[in-house]
Parts: sequence; C-alpha cells; structure tokens
Amino acid sequence: MSALLEIQSLNKGFGGIKASDDLSLSVEAGEVHAIIGPNGAGKTTLLSQLSGGQKPDIGRILFKGRDLVPLPAHARAHLGIARSFQITSLIMDMSVLDNVALAVQARQGHSFRFLRAARQDASLREGAMGLLRRVGLEAKAQLPTRALSHGEHRHMEIAIALAGQAELLLLDEPMAGLGGEESAHMVTLLRQIKSRHTILLVEHDMDAVFQLADRISVLVYGHVIATGTPDEIRANAAVQHAYLGEE
Amino acid sequence: MTRMTWITLTVMALLAVLPPVFFWTGNAFYLDLATRLTILAIAAVSLNLILGYGGLVSFGHAACLGLGAYAVGIPAHHWLYGGMDALATTNGFVQIGLAVAITALFALVTGAVCLRTRGVYFIMITMAFAQMVYYLIVSIEEYGGDDGLVIDTRSELPGFNLDDPLQLFALAYVSLVVVMLVVRTIVNSRFGMVLQGAKGNEERMVTLGFNVYLYRLVAYVISGAICGYAGALLGNFTTFISPEMMDWARSGELMFMVILGGAATTLGPVLGSAAFIVLEEFLGRLTIYWHLPFGLMLIGVVLFVRGGLMGLLRGGKE
Repeated sequence: MSALLEIQSLNKGFGGIKASDDLSLSVEAGEVHAIIGPNGAGKTTLLSQLSGGQKPDIGRILFKGRDLVPLPAHARAHLGIARSFQITSLIMDMSVLDNVALAVQARQGHSFRFLRAARQDASLREGAMGLLRRVGLEAKAQLPTRALSHGEHRHMEIAIALAGQAELLLLDEPMAGLGGEESAHMVTLLRQIKSRHTILLVEHDMDAVFQLADRISVLVYGHVIATGTPDEIRANAAVQHAYLGEE
Repeated sequence: MTRMTWITLTVMALLAVLPPVFFWTGNAFYLDLATRLTILAIAAVSLNLILGYGGLVSFGHAACLGLGAYAVGIPAHHWLYGGMDALATTNGFVQIGLAVAITALFALVTGAVCLRTRGVYFIMITMAFAQMVYYLIVSIEEYGGDDGLVIDTRSELPGFNLDDPLQLFALAYVSLVVVMLVVRTIVNSRFGMVLQGAKGNEERMVTLGFNVYLYRLVAYVISGAICGYAGALLGNFTTFISPEMMDWARSGELMFMVILGGAATTLGPVLGSAAFIVLEEFLGRLTIYWHLPFGLMLIGVVLFVRGGLMGLLRGGKE
C-alpha cells in the first residue's frame, strides 16, 4: 500500500457539533476515493481541513509523509493539492480564459512580475486554452464568467483544478446541480482525468460515485464507518442502515 | 483603437492644451485649478490601484498625500530657519525621494497590520492610522502644529523652475501621464491579475496557491509611494501645508474621485478628480450652500450610473 494521503484521528468541533470525530482515512496514489455520507456528515469540513481553509482541533494529515496541518492554504497548493468547490467559486467579473489563466499562472511560480502584459503571455494563454479544450469550453473562453451556465461553471472548476497539475485533486460535489446530460458529461470528463491524478471525491450522486470510485468511504457524524470497494460498500449492512437505505 | 482609447487620449490632450491656453489668455486662475486637479488625479490614480483593482477600501490615503507634502515642507523649513542640518535642503530630488521613501515605509508598516483585517475593520484601521499621523503632525510645534507650515522655497530641480506656474503644471501633467501608464502596466501584468483575482474571489486565489496577503501588501506600498509623490507636488503647489490635508475627510474625497470617475479604469480617477474640483469650484461661486447640490449630484451618479463617469461614457454597459 502506498498511501498518498494519510488522515489520522482528525477531530474538529463547532460548538457542540463534531464535524470530524476521530476521522481516519487513507488515499492511495492513483485511486479515485469517494467520500459519501448523509447531509451534515462533515464531508466539506473534511475537504476544508485538507485544503487548509480550516484547522483541525486534533489530528494529523500526512501528504507524502509530510504533516499538512501547520501549513497555510497557499503552501498546500504548492505541494500538489488542488481543490474544486461545492459552491462554484470562480471570479465572476473575469473572463473564462482569465480565470483558468490565473490557475496556470499559479503553477508557474510567483507572480511578482510587473511589466509584461499577462493576457499577451503565450504560455498562460495556451496553457489555459488547452485546459478549456479538455473540458469542452474552448468556444466560451472570451465570455465573462458570469455569462456561463451552472453546468459550465462546474466544468470550469475542473479545468482550474487540473491547471495546477496537482497529484491530488479534492473535488467537492462536482455533479452538484447538474442535469442528466450534464452529469453524464462530467462523469466522462472525470474518467479521463483519473488516469493521471489521484482524486478524493465528495459526491451525493450515487450513480456517479459507483461508476467512478475505486474505493468508497462512508462518513456518518464525522466518523468513517466503512471503507471498501463499491461492491463491498453496497453489501455493507451498516452502510445500508446509515445511508443508502434511507433513499 | 477602441472607443475608450480615443476618449482617454482626447481627455488627456484637452488636459494638456486647455490650461496653458487659459494662462496665455490672461486666466491664470484656471491654470492653478488644472494643476490642483492634476496633482489630485495622481493621488486618485494611486488609490485606484488598491481600491479599484484590489478592492481594498482604504480610508487613510490622504495620510500619504500629507506625508509627501511634509517631506517637502520640513526640509525647506530647516533650510531656512536652521536646525536638523542633516535634513535641511531644497533639493527636489532629495525631497521627492524622501516623500516616496517615507510613504512607502508608512504603507509597508500600516499595510502589514491593516491587510490582516477585512471589510469594515479594514476601513476603520486604515482611517485610524491616518488619524494617528494627523495628530502626530498637529502635536509638533516646530512645524506649526495645526496652524500648518508655509513652504517658503519650492523644490529645486535642474531644468525646472517650479515657481513658474506653467512649468509646475507641466511637471504635474507629465507625472500624471507616467503614473497612469505605470499603474496600467502593473494592472495588466501577472501581478495585476493576481490583485484583481483576489478582489473577485480571495478564497479561490488562496486555494490556487497565491499568498494574497503579500501581493496586496506590495500593491499597498506602490500605491502609497505614488501618493507620496503626489503629496510632494501638492506641497510645491500650495506652498502652505497643514495637518488638515490628511484629515479622513480628504481620504473620503480621494475615494469619491475614484468612484465618481469610475473605479478600475485607467481614465476614471482623472475624470473623477476633474469633475470633483471643477464642480466644487463653480458651485462654490453660485452659492455658499454648494455642498447640498454637490452632494446630491454625487449621490445621483453613484446611484444611477454604474461604473461612474466612465460607465456613462461607455454607454452604461459594462
């Protein structure tokens, strides 16, 4: 077993609520590891602690053997972790191309460069156009981001997450709010991506999860109650009781 | 060229030509007005870098303007009256260098603190730092306290005689053009894209790996230093400086110029300063109650014209 990400006994409370309760989990290099669980199980809080938006009360997060907890969010990105957001988090005033170009720029080291016009910079433009082509948004590159549909925003999130060429992608409900056809499109896209990246996927869409995931962990009240292959999870009585059975 | 480029070039050409024409036709007063608005436009352009492009609502920008002016006034004072020999000079390079260095340092120290806060707290703390400088100057008897300080001798620059109103205007105008180009270059650079991205979505930028705090701090220092330069020019123009010029209300006026003209545009702050100064002057002649119609007009523009005067010129569309 080669664990890329090793989460050890994570605890995070908000007042009386335990969003993470002795949460342990390991993500192996190359796998798609899905996290499922009922609303309020602490899935997004887990991702925030991984990406650095929130600090755990206790616990360690080892990424390639290095503890991430003391590191600020921007430093974690440089180690090779990218995140997409459940609620679309784009720069609405900027064009689609600018949004993705900024992500490409982030990978190319510091941006204390004051002279050359960034929009004329071929390495940024071509890098960003290549990513937009991969997610099928090439034709909309010049439009203001706010002019795009929700489904297109979700695809932009993926393009931005890919820009960092991060080893580990944290995807927070990429299917959220997508219609049938859009979901299918997203599943196809994620399939293409998974060959090159390790993915930690938080998702409510069970069809998508069972199609994509190599392993699934079930989170209930901040605690992992089961981890296994899709078949194992389907057959697990505790999971059915806690989650799947309720549907 | 786009329509906006034409408008920008036209406005800047008018600003270059009209004031000297007024001067030569015996209306020296209008040249003075133009010099004042040009200098304030430099300050507004510098504020636009952090306010318009960076989304940082600094309510203490006038402190930099005042510090820049005192960096001219204090050396000139010692040069004439003695004391503090190391500081006593009328050399323009030294004074302007001092103005830029002091305001950059001020912006660095205060920015390092202010930029750790957000929203209303940021506004309050920038204002608090500016008021600290205000009261510091008020408390120094040597430099006139709140009575202010007369600058008896203007900065001496080779090839320039700043006592000549036309040359002073020329210096201010060239400075404005250079500052506009500098800010425009910064804004379009990689650095500028990060600054604007952080205005639009800070969380996203941090997640991408940008240390947003550091980028903002650098912008804050650049902005402060440019405003310090404007302050040095303002001191040379008014030849009388007082703590009043760094009062928080002055910071508010600078903010208003930026928003009135159109934040996050190249020409906006210049249009805003021009409209502000010209309206203030002419309404003031019509009635002593000029603040009322002036205020109503400003409210009208902010409420009904998206993007300020630039928005109006652009035809209301973004």
